Amino acid sequence: MTATTERSSAEVGKARLRKEDRHLVTGRSRFTDNMVLPGMLHLAMVRSPYAHAKITAVDTAAAKSSPGVMAVLTGADVAGEQGSLPNAWPITPDQKAPAHGAIAVDEVAFAGEVVAVIVARTAAAARDAVERVDVSYDELPVVMDLEEAFTDKVLAHTSLESNKSATWVFDSAEAGTGSSVQDAIDSAEVLIERTFYQQRLIPAFMEPRSTVVDPTGEQITMWTATQIPHILRLMLALTLGIPESKVRVIAPDVGGGFGGKLQVTPEEVITVLAARHTGKPCKYTETRSESLQAGHHGRAQVQRLKLSAKRDGTVTGLSVNLLADMGAYLGLVTSGIPILGAFMYNSIYKFPAYRFECNNIFTNKTWTDAYRGAGRPEATFAIERLMDELATELNMDPLAVREKNWIRHEEFPFATVAGLEYDTGNYEAATAKAVDLFDYQGMRAEQKRRRDANDPVQLGIGVSTFTEMCGLAPSRVLGSLSYGAGGWEHAQVRVLPTGNIEVVTGSSAHGQGHETAWSQLVADRLGVPFENVEVLHGDTQISQRGLDTYGSRSLTVGGMAVLAAADKVIEKAKVVAAHMMEASEEDIEFSAGSFNVKGTDQSTSLGEIALATFAAHNLPDGFEPNLDSDATFDPSNFSYPHGTHLAAIEVDTETGHVGILKYVCVDDVGVVVNPMLVEGQVHGGLAQGIAQALYEEAVHDDAGTLVTGSFVDYLVPSAPDLPHYITGRTETPATSNQLGAKGVGEAGTIASTPAIVNGVLDAVRHLGVKDIKMPCTPSRVWHALQDAKTTGGVR
Amino acid sequence: MIPSAFDYAAPATVEEALGLLAAADAAGDDVKVLAGGQSLLPVMKLRMADPSMVVDLGRIAGLNGVTDSGDSLLIGAMTPHHVVATDPLIAQHVPLLAQAAATVADPQVRHRGTFGGALVHADPAGDLPAPVLAAGATFLISGPGGQRSVDAADFFQGYFTTAVEEGEILTGIRVPKYTGWGSHYEKFTRVAQQWSIVAVAALVRVEAGTITEARIGLTNMASTPLRAAAVEAALAGGPATADAIAAAAAHAAEGTDPASDLNGDAAYRAHLAQVLTKRAVLAAVGLQAGA
Amino acid sequence: MASSKTITVEVDDVRYTDDVEPRLLLVQYLRERLGKTGTLVGCDTTNCGACTVHLDGVSVKSCTMLAVQADGHKVTTIEGMAQDGKLAPLQEAFHQCHALQCGFCTPGMIMQSASLLKENPHPTEAEIRDGLEGNLCRCTGYQNIVAAVKSVADGTVYDDSGVSTTAGETETAGVS
Repeated sequence: MTATTERSSAEVGKARLRKEDRHLVTGRSRFTDNMVLPGMLHLAMVRSPYAHAKITAVDTAAAKSSPGVMAVLTGADVAGEQGSLPNAWPITPDQKAPAHGAIAVDEVAFAGEVVAVIVARTAAAARDAVERVDVSYDELPVVMDLEEAFTDKVLAHTSLESNKSATWVFDSAEAGTGSSVQDAIDSAEVLIERTFYQQRLIPAFMEPRSTVVDPTGEQITMWTATQIPHILRLMLALTLGIPESKVRVIAPDVGGGFGGKLQVTPEEVITVLAARHTGKPCKYTETRSESLQAGHHGRAQVQRLKLSAKRDGTVTGLSVNLLADMGAYLGLVTSGIPILGAFMYNSIYKFPAYRFECNNIFTNKTWTDAYRGAGRPEATFAIERLMDELATELNMDPLAVREKNWIRHEEFPFATVAGLEYDTGNYEAATAKAVDLFDYQGMRAEQKRRRDANDPVQLGIGVSTFTEMCGLAPSRVLGSLSYGAGGWEHAQVRVLPTGNIEVVTGSSAHGQGHETAWSQLVADRLGVPFENVEVLHGDTQISQRGLDTYGSRSLTVGGMAVLAAADKVIEKAKVVAAHMMEASEEDIEFSAGSFNVKGTDQSTSLGEIALATFAAHNLPDGFEPNLDSDATFDPSNFSYPHGTHLAAIEVDTETGHVGILKYVCVDDVGVVVNPMLVEGQVHGGLAQGIAQALYEEAVHDDAGTLVTGSFVDYLVPSAPDLPHYITGRTETPATSNQLGAKGVGEAGTIASTPAIVNGVLDAVRHLGVKDIKMPCTPSRVWHALQDAKTTGGVR
Repeated sequence: MIPSAFDYAAPATVEEALGLLAAADAAGDDVKVLAGGQSLLPVMKLRMADPSMVVDLGRIAGLNGVTDSGDSLLIGAMTPHHVVATDPLIAQHVPLLAQAAATVADPQVRHRGTFGGALVHADPAGDLPAPVLAAGATFLISGPGGQRSVDAADFFQGYFTTAVEEGEILTGIRVPKYTGWGSHYEKFTRVAQQWSIVAVAALVRVEAGTITEARIGLTNMASTPLRAAAVEAALAGGPATADAIAAAAAHAAEGTDPASDLNGDAAYRAHLAQVLTKRAVLAAVGLQAGA
Repeated sequence: MASSKTITVEVDDVRYTDDVEPRLLLVQYLRERLGKTGTLVGCDTTNCGACTVHLDGVSVKSCTMLAVQADGHKVTTIEGMAQDGKLAPLQEAFHQCHALQCGFCTPGMIMQSASLLKENPHPTEAEIRDGLEGNLCRCTGYQNIVAAVKSVADGTVYDDSGVSTTAGETETAGVS
């Protein structure tokens, strides 16, 4: 920036209370299901009870004559117009995928797939008529187990010859980023071979998905509970063959996403089709049961791992062979989720050889896609579990093994074996702080005391470090990975005639607090009060360009676009200031919202300039009226937050119950705009990561029915189930953006899962337990303890 | 989320309710009795129950509350869980029921859900049947033929099935007083809000260091609540010591038939029954706080 | 077809008389008939608590109650909590403590918290957590919700600085 611009930082770093809160705490919310339009019709879905079947007939006559029913649409009715739901990430040129109509036409491939839709005057009438649609199915064999699906003995789709969608390989020797893993394994002094199971999870955002489509007017307007209004608009246009300019997507208040609303859903497409067929506004709001059954799931991988090391603890190589469960279809980025993890298995470590192979496999389950962390929690879990296994093998302290292998502070920037360049990091500092907050030595002493006393409640200490790639993403990198779009973000800053500021951001929030954080950024940069900044988002007609919210990208990409737009506004204003004060542009200094002529007491304010540019009575020649600017920011690199998490885990060896005695995390997310928001993101991430370790699993029976089909069985923890978190931060600024920020949305989720599981195992390993699958339920823990007495303790 | 359509009546008296049930039965209606609705309405919303007629007992006076009748307490069938959990008479004479009621579901459900409704629903994982069985309560049932009473031992007949026949209404539960007994309800779940995986209700009388009588009820160890008779026999007459209690608790799984599900298989439940019985009895005799 | 019933309900200090189908849930009556969309629906199995309102002063899940059952009763929703434009202490506390992110669970959380504090004005942290066992939140990890309820119990809510006083729990160290 020019030397004459002085930045204030009164706002950045301050725990500003949120601008978003007042309407939410008073019940004046604007969630999609709150929307009512004149003559609006209501949708109810007829869903397949079978996981795999041919549809032989759909009799809708009784439903059509049901009271209040205006239309019933089947797959056959819309086959010519519904297109195929998009997959934007073909990871290989030969990737296989079945056609994916919003309403199944000939064949269903998971239980819960839509086979018909009722459109009725009331939601009750629509629901009643669901019972009156008679669908005839010929059941087909189902394949539910991922490892079995890999054998192709049973096919998930009759239209495909194999369950294999794609195979994607990264090899450091071939890529030139490192040496040969096979050599490392062949010469290993220690070889750790393990298979870990990443259970299926359900994002379980609190607001069920809801969509309202208004077909009146010259454009289709859609309100929908989505993380991605811009991408959705483009994809709807491509899927349905309508011009993008004829679609407006609005994401009003959105009740959480966690990746689960990073999707182009069948229900959204169906609501458009229903509105188009009836000419009336249509609403679809899913029930929770439908949400759990048919909203996309996450994780669901089998990780076959080989870690080679020397006896002093130095890791020499890692081989990852992954089976990734796509479920029945490829959603928006289903296929790419494992690839996001591919670059993270080496985590904070500097071993020289790495090979990653992933097979994306179809099963007859709900399709998978992004869930908080998306590929990176899986990778972190694998390497952090392996580091503990190595420490056990070598009888070393788990922190010492990590320290032996991590990239030292002075080694940054560091080119990793996976081909990324980590800009900054300080793993020593974060770990030291965590050890201190946790009282690591004290906990080890207590652990020894309980072991010596044969206490029925044993103590384990779970360690996990992590780093992740945030700020998705440099567009060139996405291009090299065959992703279908870029990774930039757009913003506009407008100074209104009153001097108030409107900020338009393409990054659409659903709970993160963008309105507050962006206001802080702009207040500092333009020298205006925080209260005078209004942030607009989530409507493609207001925010014309954007790539939305996921991958911990909002601040590091979207926030940087906002700052860039604000800087352009300042430069424009300087031109006008010079003109108004009859000075030369070079002599204009900007500070704290005011433009001064160097060496004089002449000054004018941003507001005065804005009014002058609005009136446009006296502007420099060629200056376009109004004071606003657009900016698009494309990051040059990812950002790499990191941290160290420590968990003190109590295992009741009599019942298998796992409790969390103490949880400490120290995260380094770079420069922090609002510490309150950052802490909130960490807390929520921890809750979800702990839930993967201990509570949540989407379970299907052999026939393909989701057994955990409601919150009675899909165990989202409530307040008494989670601990008080002790959080700390270190601050190592990123160099990939001017603010030095790194991203925090997924951090807590990534590190907490391995920390908890490592802690559980640390508590019972001396009793002979070697591994416990997630979630570490009391039943599994108890059985592992029993098995340890006989078969070696793998459960 | 939207139940099927049904007819609804909210009678003011038990007699009126019985008349409505009889009429509905005669008309071939599939009738459901609505108490607190905390179990019935969810299954109706999921359309796992589709009654054509619902008779709501919520407007009948006199079914709600706890009264002292000498050597027993009479708990109205429509008494909400939160009242059972906080009632001073129950706290004094059968604190086991208060403790168990306080573990049912969550506070909102405890405000609406009723003692009688939960007992007639008879979910094997429900928290009230086992304590009521252990306490040897008597169920007061009104029907077309008048009032009858059924012992707890005969009340729970199977999975979601009780002695309350179609056309009948449970009006109250008479619970003997256990003033001065030790008691504890030990519940085990994976998350706070969950139904019991296994739970144990213990009522123990200790005199001069000797357990003179023990009544142990098991939750979710079969399709109905069970008495742990072998444990009771092993405890009775023995010392109130940790070793004796642990030895007796080892019999807890005898005669049980637990289910296997996502939360654990039968072997795990059989083991839990022993651990939880030990803990419940220890807590009941004051040797150790329940976990 | 089931015949409709006439009910009279006082909601947020206003009396309403309406004909309703017996199957209409209280939450649907509030949202669809009265336009009280502040009360939200997050599940269909009485687990999530998003729909929590007060019935005659105690918390209930309005998705697990028929509108006809509310006949003659008094209902308070999140929209009746603020008085004369001033946020109720819990509403203020949720804001101050950053106890909400997406805000979907918030109405139910606040209503349940109010009921909890009425029954136990000075709860411990564990009692607050237990008292919220029937309310699911997916964003906050609950810690700040617990802090918000505690701050009301302790009388430390209401601070007009516009800056969180509870976010200071994080220990920060600058590292270059």
